Amino acid sequence: MRFKPSYLLPVLCAMLVSSTVVAQTIFPLTRADILAGSHFDFKVEFGAVVDPDQIKVTINGRDYSKVLGKKAQLLAREDGKEVSSLLLRDASIRKPGPYTVQASDGQHSATVAWRVYATPAKPVAKNVILFIGDGLSIAHRTAARILSQGIEGGKFTGKLAIDDMPYMALLTTQGTDSIITDSANAAHAYTTGHKSCVNALGVYCSRAASTLDHPRVDTITALAKRRGMAVGAVTNSEIEDATPAAMVAHTRRRSDFNDIVKMYYDSKIDVLMGGGSPNFLPKSTAGSKRGDDVDYIDLFRQADYKIAISKSEMQAAADDARTTRMLGLYNTGNVDGALDLKFLKKGSVSKFPDQPDVPEEMAAALKVLSRNKKGFVLMVESARIDKYSHSLDPERAIYDTIMLDVAVKQAKEWAKANGNNTLILVTSDHSHAVSVIGTVNDEEPGVDMRDKVETYAEAGFPNYPAPDAQGYPGKVDVSRRLRMTFGAYPDHYDTFRPFMDGEFVPTLRNADGLMVANEKYKAVPGAVLREGNLPNKGARASNSGVHSGDDVVLTASGPGADKVHGQMENTELFRIMADALALASQETGAAAKPRKK
Amino acid sequence: MSAIHRESRECLGRRFLLSSLLLWASGARAADNMSLDSHLSFDSLYKSVGVLGTQYSERAKLLKGHTVRMRGYIAPPLKPESKFFVLTREPVAVCPFCSSDAQWPSDIVVIYLKATLGPVNFSQRIEVAGRLEMGSWTDPENGFVSQVRIVDAEVSKL
Repeated sequence: MRFKPSYLLPVLCAMLVSSTVVAQTIFPLTRADILAGSHFDFKVEFGAVVDPDQIKVTINGRDYSKVLGKKAQLLAREDGKEVSSLLLRDASIRKPGPYTVQASDGQHSATVAWRVYATPAKPVAKNVILFIGDGLSIAHRTAARILSQGIEGGKFTGKLAIDDMPYMALLTTQGTDSIITDSANAAHAYTTGHKSCVNALGVYCSRAASTLDHPRVDTITALAKRRGMAVGAVTNSEIEDATPAAMVAHTRRRSDFNDIVKMYYDSKIDVLMGGGSPNFLPKSTAGSKRGDDVDYIDLFRQADYKIAISKSEMQAAADDARTTRMLGLYNTGNVDGALDLKFLKKGSVSKFPDQPDVPEEMAAALKVLSRNKKGFVLMVESARIDKYSHSLDPERAIYDTIMLDVAVKQAKEWAKANGNNTLILVTSDHSHAVSVIGTVNDEEPGVDMRDKVETYAEAGFPNYPAPDAQGYPGKVDVSRRLRMTFGAYPDHYDTFRPFMDGEFVPTLRNADGLMVANEKYKAVPGAVLREGNLPNKGARASNSGVHSGDDVVLTASGPGADKVHGQMENTELFRIMADALALASQETGAAAKPRKK
Repeated sequence: MSAIHRESRECLGRRFLLSSLLLWASGARAADNMSLDSHLSFDSLYKSVGVLGTQYSERAKLLKGHTVRMRGYIAPPLKPESKFFVLTREPVAVCPFCSSDAQWPSDIVVIYLKATLGPVNFSQRIEVAGRLEMGSWTDPENGFVSQVRIVDAEVSKL
C-alpha cells in the first residue's frame, strides 16, 4: 500500500477543523481497507447529545443510507451517557474504490477515508492454511534452525520448512492504539483485514460500555462459510485464547471466554481443537468455568460435531469418513508444549497423557476439512512459543518453533499430494525481545555462570545431539547450549540452563504488591538475580517478558503467494487470502450508485 | 459478567492496603487444635481431573460440611482487604482477575474468610482452616463462580 498525500488530505483538514471541539469518531476508522461486500458495523460517535435533525452523514457526498442501503439507529443517549451515536449493523459496500465519509451534528464535523477493494472473480486457490507461530521472532527461528539442521562448512545442511518457501515479506504489527500489539489485535488483523487495538477481536474499539457492543467487522470464517467452504482452527493454547478466537469472535475484551465459546458455536466453524475445556462445561459440572448451565459439549454434539478428548479419539474421529465437523478438547488448560509432551513429560502430561501435538491436530483437521469439496480455510497455531517467551523459558519456545516447522512440512507435503491448490502462509503475530547471542559452555573454568557464556568465535557450535526424524534434539540440557537472551524482563533469577522440572515461573508479586524474582530458583547452582527493566509496581507491573514491536516474517507458497513481498501491513495478509479465494462480492455498483431502471 | 473478566488496569491499579486485620496468629492456633484427619490436599481433593469435568474423591465427599485444612498459595486478589481469595496448588504468577489473557487453573479452591485478610506474600505457602463446601455457587457480590469452597476460614503461616 503506497502512501498517497491526497488520500489523507480530507482527513487532515477535518482534524484541523475539529481539533478545538469535542471529538467525533467514525467507524471503520480512517484508512480502513474494506473487502467489497464484506459486512461491517458503521458507527458515528458524536461528542455530545445531538439534535437528530441536525445530523448529516454522507458517503462520497450522498446520504449514507443510500450508499449503505439502510438507515442507522440513533442512540440518543448511548449507554445512558450524555452522548449520541449513529449505529448501523451489518453494512456493506460492493463497489470498489475510494470512499469519503463525512459526519456533522450541525456544529462539528469529522471525515474519514476508506478504500473498498475487489478481488479477482475466480479463486486461484482452493484452500488456505494460515500458520501462526505466536510470538515467533527471528531468534526463535534461528535457534530452531541451529537445533534441527546441521551446519557444515559454515552452511546449514538443510532448511526449515518455514524458511523453504518461495515468497517472503516483513509484516508490521502496530495497531490503532499502540506501536505494540497483543495476540488478539494481531490475529484480528489477519482474520478481518482491519486494524484494531490491544485486547480486541473482530471489532473496532469504540466507547461502547459493553465489550460485546463495539462496531464489528467480518471474519475470514464468516466470509468463507458464506461461500460454502469449511473452516477450522487448531492450536495448543486454550481454544478460547486470542489467536484462535480471532477466527470467529467479536469482542473488545479477549478474556470474554464464555462468550467466545458461544461465538464458536454460532459461527458453525467446522473443526476446532485445543485446550480449555472448562468453558464448555455447565456450571453444575465440577471443573466448569462457566457462569451458566449451558452444556456446550452437548450443543456441539447435537450439531453433528464429533467430540474428541484425546489424541486417539481425535484420530479415530478424523479417520471416519462421515466426520465433517469436529470439536477436540485435549486439556483443561493449554495443551502441553513439545518439550514436555515428547521429552520431559512435565507440565500436565501426567494428568493428560494422550494429548496430540499441533502437527497431529493439523493432520486430523486436514482429513476432516478436505471432505468439503468447496475447499477450506485452516488456521494452525503453535501458541506456546509466545507463552514460553513470556515466561523467559527459551528451550520450550524453541521446541515449539520446531513443532511449528514439523506442521508446515506436513502441510506442504499434503498440498503437493492434493492438487497443489493450497495457499500456505506462515507467520507470527508479534515478536518478543529475544536474541541468540552465543553459547553457555559448562566446561569453561570458574564458578560464575557469566564466565561460561561464549560469544563470537568462542561461541562455536552447541553440542545438542543430532535431531530425531522430526527435527527435535533428544536432549536439551547439554554441556554447551544456546544462550538466548531476553531484552525486556521483570526481576528474576537467570539460571543459564534449561528448566528440566517444568516451565519457568520467573516472577511473583510480593506482599507489598511488588513484582519480585521467584525465590524458588535462587538455589539453582550459578543462578544470578537479574533486576528487571520493566515496571514492577502499580498498574503496569510486569511479571513476564513482553511483546516487542519488531516486524515479523511472513513466508508463503502455493497459488496467490506471489503477492507476499517487501514490507507489508499485517492487515494485507487478510487481503492475500481474500484475493486467493476470491472472497469479495462480484456484484458492482449495486450499493454505491442507484440502480439503473 | 464474571469478575474474572475485570480489565487489567482497574485491578492492578488498586494498592494492597496494609491496615487490615491480621489473622496469622489466631489462624495458627485454630489449626493446631484440629485433628490431622481433617487435612485435604489438592491431590486428595479430586479422584480425577478430566477434560469433561473433575470428580471429587470419596474423602472430599466425606469431609463436605466439616472443618478441613488445606495448604496452598494465595492468588493475587481482586481487591485489597477482601474476605475472599483463591487458593491454588502452585503460586499464581499472573493475577487471572487482572490479566486479560490468563485463566485460573482448573483445580482452585475459593476461600471465604471469617475476617478480612491482611497483607500476604503470594509466594509463601499457607494453610487454610474452615468448613468445606462443594457444588457450583455464584458469589452475588462479584459474580465469581466456584466449585469448591472453604468458608468461615482462617489462614495460618507454615
